[in-house]
Amino acid sequence: MLPLSSSQTAIERTVREEWGRILASLVKSIGDFQLAEDSLQDALIAALDHWQKDGLPKSPAAWLLTTARRRAIDRLRRDHNFAGKSKEIAYLMDLEQDTMEDDETSIPDKRLEMIFTCCHPALEQKTRVALTLRTLGGLTTEEIAAAFLDKPQAMAQRLVRAKKKIKLAAIPYEIPDHDLLPDRISSVLSVIYLIFNEGYSATSGNSPIRADLCDEAIRLARIVTQLLPEQAEVAGLLALMLLHDSRRLTRMDRNGSIIPLEHQNRKRWDRGKIDQGKQLLHQTLPRRAIGPYQLQAAISAVHADSPSWEQTDWPQIQALYALLYQLNPTPVVRLNQALALSHARSVDEGLAMLEEAAAGGALDSYQPYYAAKADLLSRNGDHTEARAHLEKAIELSDNEADREFLRTKIAQLKD
Amino acid sequence: MQYMCLIYSPENAGPQPGTPEFGPFMKAYMDFGETVQEAGKFVAGDALHPVNTATCVSVRDGKTETTDGPFAETKEQLGGYYILDCEDLDEALKYAAMIPSAEHGRIEVRPVMIFD
Repeated sequence: MLPLSSSQTAIERTVREEWGRILASLVKSIGDFQLAEDSLQDALIAALDHWQKDGLPKSPAAWLLTTARRRAIDRLRRDHNFAGKSKEIAYLMDLEQDTMEDDETSIPDKRLEMIFTCCHPALEQKTRVALTLRTLGGLTTEEIAAAFLDKPQAMAQRLVRAKKKIKLAAIPYEIPDHDLLPDRISSVLSVIYLIFNEGYSATSGNSPIRADLCDEAIRLARIVTQLLPEQAEVAGLLALMLLHDSRRLTRMDRNGSIIPLEHQNRKRWDRGKIDQGKQLLHQTLPRRAIGPYQLQAAISAVHADSPSWEQTDWPQIQALYALLYQLNPTPVVRLNQALALSHARSVDEGLAMLEEAAAGGALDSYQPYYAAKADLLSRNGDHTEARAHLEKAIELSDNEADREFLRTKIAQLKD
Repeated sequence: MQYMCLIYSPENAGPQPGTPEFGPFMKAYMDFGETVQEAGKFVAGDALHPVNTATCVSVRDGKTETTDGPFAETKEQLGGYYILDCEDLDEALKYAAMIPSAEHGRIEVRPVMIFD
């Protein structure tokens, strides 16, 4: 028998690692998200009790799955509508006969079905994010609420409503048909990227839950990459997040102020993550199924490879943004291309492109536009105009870290 | 699993009777009807007269009140419906997107409640 503390750790590890896989398999056999989650929760309580007394079973995941199925039967029997559920109970009991000897390897992996259901466009975007974190990530409702600055009660209600809708509207628990697949994959990827950005964004500080969200997004992307190896954009997103995340430790100073790429200590970038990201790109780019995530990852990889800001391969970055703009013709992409162009060719050419991007008024209240323009103006020696644009950017900032960063910029301008 | 597809669109939106577009629009509805019939999905479906023909009735404290039409402010009006028998929401959404009015209005897809 294992000592108490180590079995506690083992239980926590199993829950964290295996929650998604067990729950996904359970939903497949039970056909009901809420019942599956409640039953798995029951099984976890039983596990704490049994495993601390008798030690860990040979396959903790299989033990949890079998126990959860039994609890599901109990719950269905207790249901006031017992007669109507007899079919489900018979089915579950059959399953139990088959899986008594289950080991971990025979638990069918239904996580892909699960993530497609959780990211279904019939659910609101925020609900997709929360549901994915809850069901695949195994985060608790309280953790998700904290990450999104929501009240736990409100988050719990959101999750309950979503599970009800999945059941009543029969949102399928399947890998979508071929014609729907590209759309649905893109919904899955944007949910994962939202989770990552929620953790990465400077606006929300440095709390541990935030960093966890980045790790969680990367973990989810790894799962999807493993399950959909032929989809280049899935690997592209994973590469992008790894490359961004390699700079996690250098993005902020001790006071929580942002350190721009230009001034980051490149020696502290995580080479392991950079190498993984680049390797993914080496595998996907030759497949010629280029998409926005792969291009953004490629841009990030060019920065990662550069020994210093001054030595950055700007023509390459400019060309990648030009490709990205073809796929994704938004003013924000154009803004970034203009910045790269200003380094690759000349500030004037950069300014001209920036003005063209802003011409429709789409960037009028976009803070980074004023910061970018201030950068170009000050490099051209026009400090008065640069100051005015930085002041406008401060006005539009919604957090102190950004404002502090911009004030430093103003202080560096000559009067 | 039955889904009700409620067809909402602004009145006077889409092809109007008497215009050259109206014929093809009606034909598209007939084609849709045939498609769902042949696929075995059709349960019911009707078009409704415009909302200015509607009358509302409500009973409060045993007293019946009758009023002309629903609230006029709503821009989009219910113009008709289908009930389709589909495997799951994805299939229902696929057929809902084929309803010709989806191109100028919007189709609300609601699962029909089953009492068991």
